Amino acid sequence: MRYSAFQIFKNALGGNTGWKPVWREPEPKPKYDVVIAGGGGHGLATAYYLAHEFGVRNICVLEKSYIGSGNVGRNTTIIRSNYLLEGNTPFYELSLKLWEGLEQDFNFNAMVSQRGVVNLVHTDGQRDAARRRGNAMRMHGVDAEYLDAQAVRDMLPFLDYRNARFPIKGGLIQRRGGTVRHDAVAWGFARGADSYGVDIIQNCAMTGVRRDGNRIVGVETSKGFIECGKLALCAAGHSSHVAEMAGLKLPIESHVLQAFVSEGLKPFIDTVVTYGAGHFYISQSDKGGLVFGGDIDGYNSYARRGNLATVEHVMEAGVAMIPALSRIKVLRSWGGIMDMSMDGTPIIDKTPLDNLYVNAGWCYGGFKATPASGWCYAHLIAKDAPHPVATRLRLDRFRRGYLVDERGAGAQPNLH
Amino acid sequence: MASLIQCPHCGARPKEEFSIKGSAEAERPAPDAAEDAWFEYVYQRDNPIGRIEEYWQHTSGCRRWLVVERDSGVHTVYRVLDATAARSSE
Ligand SMILES: Cc1cc2nc3c(=O)[nH]c(=O)nc-3n(C[C@H](O)[C@H](O)[C@H](O)COP(=O)(O)OP(=O)(O)OC[C@H]3O[C@@H](n4cnc5c(N)ncnc54)[C@H](O)[C@@H]3O)c2cc1C
Ligand SMILES: [Zn+2]
Repeated sequence: MRYSAFQIFKNALGGNTGWKPVWREPEPKPKYDVVIAGGGGHGLATAYYLAHEFGVRNICVLEKSYIGSGNVGRNTTIIRSNYLLEGNTPFYELSLKLWEGLEQDFNFNAMVSQRGVVNLVHTDGQRDAARRRGNAMRMHGVDAEYLDAQAVRDMLPFLDYRNARFPIKGGLIQRRGGTVRHDAVAWGFARGADSYGVDIIQNCAMTGVRRDGNRIVGVETSKGFIECGKLALCAAGHSSHVAEMAGLKLPIESHVLQAFVSEGLKPFIDTVVTYGAGHFYISQSDKGGLVFGGDIDGYNSYARRGNLATVEHVMEAGVAMIPALSRIKVLRSWGGIMDMSMDGTPIIDKTPLDNLYVNAGWCYGGFKATPASGWCYAHLIAKDAPHPVATRLRLDRFRRGYLVDERGAGAQPNLH
Repeated sequence: MASLIQCPHCGARPKEEFSIKGSAEAERPAPDAAEDAWFEYVYQRDNPIGRIEEYWQHTSGCRRWLVVERDSGVHTVYRVLDATAARSSE
């Protein structure tokens, strides 16, 4: 069914009994041209674009739990393309452009909201870095604007402007950045892929890989063996785990990142704001909850929960930035497992095996990349050649010394 | 993870007093080792689910380097040794 205002009207007259499940729940077929391991945002987007753009339709997506149970349903929903480095800016800008047309393209309301993303600056050094990043973005045709202290004050009156240690001197804003309803992204891509006949197989974990020399023959799963022409890994926090099944070691560590949501409030914060003096960022969901988070906990983890010390740190940073937060109740907190790469930049590439592909290393920033990641990965799988904006996201860049280290922290993921 | 970590020198101390460096399992190659060995050491990770050994430093305490054995899947801490003791027991 194609969603439209007319359908809403028609179904309302029918007592809303006409709505049907939006994807099937098929049993796996014995063989597919492409098996995608991991049904997060990236796996589903890859399946959708393979079918929609590249004409590859005999695909299944294996998801060990349910669609949206991973990071795609755990992130703080921020999208932006405010990156500095050559290899990153065009990739994330492609993603932002895809977000701008996504809802029309896959006919699903993902609540894409370009409410702007402001990065606050508190020192002369931070101002210089923000201006430099803004200029790099503008040279790539990306929107960026430097706001002086007064402009920030007019826009965000609720910040603490009396902090002597960390005065707010201005901020870099990308007005086209914003938020997207993350669950709807998973559902929209799943529905879109399903409409082309892609099998989305939930509660089906990949448990092993059958190899014949340098070729993957198929995958062992909790629902039996599935033969495949190509195997596309897309397991985010579990990337090392699934790669190991194929005998591949990755430059990745898994770390936990926490996020929080408050009780529902009246409209308060109409943009995304990041603190420059601590690890804190915040936005307000359409339901009214304040959605916020900070840094990763800082140790390797596959447990989807974090430490109280980090909770305390995030709350302190939040109250330092917005004193009014001190009286707000936190409703929920949760954690997700991040695939932290050694330079903070993702990998979309072929592997030393003939028909094995890898999509991993998204760190804490892969939600915004979902459409471009799917598109570029689909391009790579369908054509065996990288998409022009993803040529730097190579697996062998670490060995060859071509890192894309946006943060400049080196191979120490707990500092990224 | 446990809120209290048993430092072999200082006793039970809050976890926030410690800084975590990362895996203690890979051995640092000799300075003149081949490029491949350095690539493996600097960039490649086993990243297992389960028991791991890590270097921690008791930064707000005795400042000694420690080896902590814990579970990356469930956060249980099994053992904390001084790094020198951990290395000589191997
Ligand atoms: C708290 C938090 C906040 C974040 N905030 C932001 C943000 O504001 N902006 C942003 O851009 N990014 C953010 N991120 C990062 C972003 O969510 C991730 O980088 C991105 O979602 C990862 O891609 P994915 O959606 O495919 O991952 P996932 O949804 O995790 O998909 C991977 C899937 O693989 C499945 N899987 C694993 N192993 C197997 C197996 N053996 N067999 C079958 N399936 C398997 C998992 O169950 C999972 O569903 C945040 C992440 C977290 C945790
Ligand atoms: Zn000590």
